[in-house]
Amino acid sequence: MVTDWLFYFFAALTVIAGFLVALSRSPVNAAMNMILSFIGIAGLFVLLETFFLAVLQILVYAGAIVVLFLFIIMLIDPERLPKPHKLSTIGSALVAAGLTAGWFAVLQAPTVALPTKVAAESFTGGRAPAATARVFGEVLFSQYLLPFEVAGFLLLIAMLGVIVISKHYRPATTRKEGGSV
Amino acid sequence: MDFILENPLILALIKSLLVVGVVMGMAAYAVLAERKVCGWIQGRPGPNRTKLPLLGDLPIIGPFLTRLGIFQPMADGLKFLVKEEPTPGHVKRFYYVLAPIVSFIPAMTTMTVLPFGLWKTADGVQPLVLANIDIGILFILAVSSLGVYGIILAGWASNSKYPFLGGIRASAQMISYELAMGLSLLPVFMWFAPETGGSLNLFNIVQAQGNHYWNVIPQWTVFFQPLGALIFLVSLFAETNRAPFDMPESETDLVAGFNTEYGAFKFGLFFLGEYTHIIIGSGVFVALFLGGWNLPWIGLPAGILGAVLSVLVFLVKTCALIFLFIWVRWTLPRFRYDQVMNLGWKKLLPLAVANFVLYLILIALIES
Repeated sequence: MVTDWLFYFFAALTVIAGFLVALSRSPVNAAMNMILSFIGIAGLFVLLETFFLAVLQILVYAGAIVVLFLFIIMLIDPERLPKPHKLSTIGSALVAAGLTAGWFAVLQAPTVALPTKVAAESFTGGRAPAATARVFGEVLFSQYLLPFEVAGFLLLIAMLGVIVISKHYRPATTRKEGGSV
Repeated sequence: MDFILENPLILALIKSLLVVGVVMGMAAYAVLAERKVCGWIQGRPGPNRTKLPLLGDLPIIGPFLTRLGIFQPMADGLKFLVKEEPTPGHVKRFYYVLAPIVSFIPAMTTMTVLPFGLWKTADGVQPLVLANIDIGILFILAVSSLGVYGIILAGWASNSKYPFLGGIRASAQMISYELAMGLSLLPVFMWFAPETGGSLNLFNIVQAQGNHYWNVIPQWTVFFQPLGALIFLVSLFAETNRAPFDMPESETDLVAGFNTEYGAFKFGLFFLGEYTHIIIGSGVFVALFLGGWNLPWIGLPAGILGAVLSVLVFLVKTCALIFLFIWVRWTLPRFRYDQVMNLGWKKLLPLAVANFVLYLILIALIES
C-alpha cells in the first residue's frame, strides 16, 4: 500500500521534473529539474528492489553528468545566447506530440510485442536481475557482453573526438614554458 | 518504558538522534580542535577566554576548562544562530537559499550507512549502524558526490566574481578526484571478496579486517594496500576541500571563495557541512583501511562492554585521522589550481589504475 503511493510519488516527480526540464527558460533551472527527475528514477529503481541501479543512477547521472552540465552552462553564460526560432519550437512540439501519440498507439495495440524479455533466466530467488553488484556484473559480462563492448567503443570514439576538437595544436616554437593559466 | 523500546519506529528515531547528536558535537569540537592545533603549531594559545558563568567559576576546573576553550563552540554556535542575516541584493535568491541546504544534507545523509561498532551476543554479531545496507560504500560515494551542488549553486547564485570562480573550481576539482577515489576502493573489496562473499557492505569489510596473517600481522587493509590508502586519503582531502586542496575558498586569491556572500546561519551550514564531511570521510577511511573497531592481537569481549569498547576504538581512530587533517592544513602550503588538476588527472588517476591492475593480477595469482 505504501509502496503504491511511493510509486505514484516518484513517477510524478520523474515526469513533472522531466517536463520542467524541457519547459524551463533558464538552463540552470532545467539542469536542477533534471537532477530531480533522476532522483525520481532512482526512487523507482529502489521500489523495484534494484538498489544497485538506483545508486548508480545517482552516482553517475546526478553526481557527475549534471555537474558537468552546470559547469558548461555557467561557463558559456547562456542568458546571452540568441533565443531559438519560433518555427523550431513549434517543430519540436509537433515531433514530441507525434512520438507520444505513437507510443500510446503501441501501448494500445495488443499484437505488438513489447520488449518485456528482461533476462528472465538470470533472476535469482525472485529478485530483479540487477539487484546486486555481483548479479549485475555477471550478466553484463556474459549475456550482454557485445552491447556493453559496443557502448564502450562508442564512448571511446566520443572521447577521442572531444580531444581532437578541444585541443588547439600550435607549433612548438610559439608555446611558452609555464605559460599563464 | 517497554512500550517505547519495543516500537521499532521510536527506537530508530532515538538511534538516529543519538548518532546525529554525536556527529554534530564532534563537528563543533573539530572546529575547536582546528583552532587549538593551529594555535599550537603557530606558537600561540588559541581560543582561551570564552567562559560559561557557573561552570567556568568552579575553583580549579573552571579556569582549566576555559583555557582549553571547551566553551568556545557554544559561543560560535550561538553567534551563527543569532547574528543578523542580510541577503545581498544582487543574488539569485532561490538558489542562494537552497545552496547551504544542499551542501549540508548529503554530509548528514552519508552517516546512516557508516558502521561504528559491533554488538557481540551469544547468537552472533550485530553491527552498530543506522542502516546496514548491502551497497554501503556506493551509497556513500553517490550521496557525497551530490554535495558539490551546494558549492556550485552557492558560487553561481551569489552572482559575483570570486564566489563564481570558487564554484567553478570546486566542480572541476570534485569531478577529477572522484574517479581516483572510486578506483582506489575497488582492490579493497576484491581483496576481501573470499571473506565477504563479494558484497559492498562496509560492516563485512571491517569484520574481515579482524583476522591476522600467520597470527601476527593484523589484516588491516592499509598494511597490504598502502598505495590505495594513500590515493584514497589524498582524494579525500580534495573531496572535502581541505588544504592543500582548498581551491574553492582559497582566501588569498578569492576572498572566501564560494561562501563570500554568505553570513550567519547560512554560512554556519556550509561550515558544519564541511566538518561533518571530514568526520564521515575519516570514519570511512578508518572502516576501509585502518581496521575499523578491530584492535591488533586483542579480541573484543562480548556484551555491552565490547560494544562500548568497539565504538571507543572506532572514535579514537577517527579522531586521530581528523587530527591528521588539521595537521596537514596548517603545515602544507596550498596548491596552485593547475597543480591540483595535474595531480588529479596525470598522477593520481594513472596511479589508481595501476594499483587496481596490480591487485587484479595479484588476487588472480593467489586464487589460482
